[in-house]
Amino acid sequence: MAKQFTTLSSHPIEELYIPESISGFDESRDLGQPGEFPFTRGIYPNMYRGKLWTMRQFAGFGTAEDTNERFHYLLSQGQTGLSTAFHFPTLMGIDSEDPRARGEVGVCGVAIDTLRDMERLFQGIPLDQVTTSMTINSPAAIIFAMYLEVAERQGASLKKIGGTIQNDVLKEFIAQKTWIYPLEPQLRLCLDTMEYAFTEVPKWHPVSISGYHIREAGSTAIQELAFTLRDGLEYVELLQKRGLQVDDFVPKLSFFFNAHNDFFEELAKYRAARRLWARMMKEKFGATKPEAMRMKFHTQTAGCSLTAQQPMNNVVRTTVQALSAVLGGTQSLHTNSLDETLALPTEESVRIALRTQQIIAHESGVANMIDAFGGSYFVEKLTNELEQGALDYFKKIDEMGGMTRAVDRGYPQREIIEAAYRFQQQVEQKEKIIVGMNDFTVQNEKQPELLKIGAEVERRQVESTRQVKAGRNQAAVEAALRDLKRSATQPENMMPVIRNAVREYATLGEMVNTLKEVWGVYKDPGYY
Amino acid sequence: MAPLQIMERKLRILVAKPGLDGHDRGAKVIARALRDAGFEVIYTGLHQTPEMIVSAALQEDVDLVSLSVLSGAHNYLFPEVIRLLKEKGLGDVPVVGGGIIPDEDMPELKKAGVQAIFTPGTETKDVISWIHENVKPRKL
Repeated sequence: MAKQFTTLSSHPIEELYIPESISGFDESRDLGQPGEFPFTRGIYPNMYRGKLWTMRQFAGFGTAEDTNERFHYLLSQGQTGLSTAFHFPTLMGIDSEDPRARGEVGVCGVAIDTLRDMERLFQGIPLDQVTTSMTINSPAAIIFAMYLEVAERQGASLKKIGGTIQNDVLKEFIAQKTWIYPLEPQLRLCLDTMEYAFTEVPKWHPVSISGYHIREAGSTAIQELAFTLRDGLEYVELLQKRGLQVDDFVPKLSFFFNAHNDFFEELAKYRAARRLWARMMKEKFGATKPEAMRMKFHTQTAGCSLTAQQPMNNVVRTTVQALSAVLGGTQSLHTNSLDETLALPTEESVRIALRTQQIIAHESGVANMIDAFGGSYFVEKLTNELEQGALDYFKKIDEMGGMTRAVDRGYPQREIIEAAYRFQQQVEQKEKIIVGMNDFTVQNEKQPELLKIGAEVERRQVESTRQVKAGRNQAAVEAALRDLKRSATQPENMMPVIRNAVREYATLGEMVNTLKEVWGVYKDPGYY
Repeated sequence: MAPLQIMERKLRILVAKPGLDGHDRGAKVIARALRDAGFEVIYTGLHQTPEMIVSAALQEDVDLVSLSVLSGAHNYLFPEVIRLLKEKGLGDVPVVGGGIIPDEDMPELKKAGVQAIFTPGTETKDVISWIHENVKPRKL
């Protein structure tokens, strides 16, 4: 059999693309001007000439003080936005002193138990002058409430602060899997948080609809595109059902994509994503304002593409991936550090990752013009094919009754694990080459110096939270938790009662457990 | 002919995800590959405590416990599963681990009784041959 040429996702590729490859291509319909519908070329008329993308390195480890120090370092090195990684207990709504947190405290992100930790995390950082992204989902409402409290205590107006909480719970069930409650109450909490932010914190993006984790879990590029956008459409439908207007709230939604190894597949994916979203908003949901049709997105280079073998090569991989994101018109970018497949990054390795973005921005020349590959027969064809692939998935999901139903029956989950397994087989059969791993290997490698999180972090954190609990007004905490429980059974927005409990220094775990009493927990169906 | 029947019994393998991290791509690919290789696979799903894993190992009469952790919590979780297995009289069930395990953590984990550690880049066929060479059906 002749050798097949495909993208990384096994999408077939021709040897040469010619005008006939895109017959029927209509420049005004399919491409348009940058900053105009359907936004294929980018969401702003001047793109990076007006403003470079935000360089936003995801950071978090140890206690709030440790991460605060890293934040100050990154800002001093020219980073232009913050991005917070929480440790797994926080992502799962578990306090550091809980037995289930043993061994995890501060290891994979920063430990946040109470408002006190959040105050320390942003010590000396004026929240009305920097935008902050927080990767938090199931307990996003609580962490957001803590952030708002810190901002207000700094004297910053909630009308002025900007940033993003991930708060995309559909993709938790699909891919990232830091779920707590069953699908329905989890969605309610997520929508309450969005609705609250739309009016009270108007510059905030209260959801980052994420394909990143879908791709990391092993999906193809088309699946990433399809499931992410279909999640987005589901949120739009649910918010509309709450009586909100598309033109008002869609501009507040943001997206988050992966940048994997296949340069053109990724580039085409971002272009297809923008165009498909714009078309859906205009044609299906009746958006009339351009802001409600244009897709803003953050990109992170693919963690799963990094190799533990010859880790210096990861700098090169990350550069290629970052280029596709920039040429694809991203609004912000995280570049992975070379050691991130082994541990959280050291200060040196994260600096190289940030410098990679700065070299692309200031030396490579690619930020000088908009959508450099627009009009390329190949890129336009691939953009069309990815868009069509996503539409085919939309059809299947719609036939299942929508994304919530599809997730409930495990459809996207199974599609992803199929793709992940297929990819693993291709790697083992050397149909896909991973340099340094299944080819071009070396023997007896020595690992680089890694960041170590000492066991004393857990002791310090547990002790610190005990002190916070000893110093608070216990009766007020209990009253706030009772009110939280009541609110969970009422048709009301839960954010005000959550904000109140946060102010009284109720712990994250106390609040999450209170709601578990009402809603129960989600159990992993364990599809494989 | 009893010994022959024991030889023919399929190995029963528990693929388990202790701790809080949601990175189950590796565990699921391994579970699938082991199933395709003819083993009986029980996958626990995510977010299992060491107690839950040991209880599953006991109930399912497994011949091997295969743990996957990508959060960095392996130094606590792997030895804890082994300690509890011994406590429940399952000290003879071998335990292997996979995930993001830095080289420098390996000696301690081996000392705690983890029989093999499979790190990123390991091919599923290497895991399968390790199992064929090192794991025998337990005498129940």
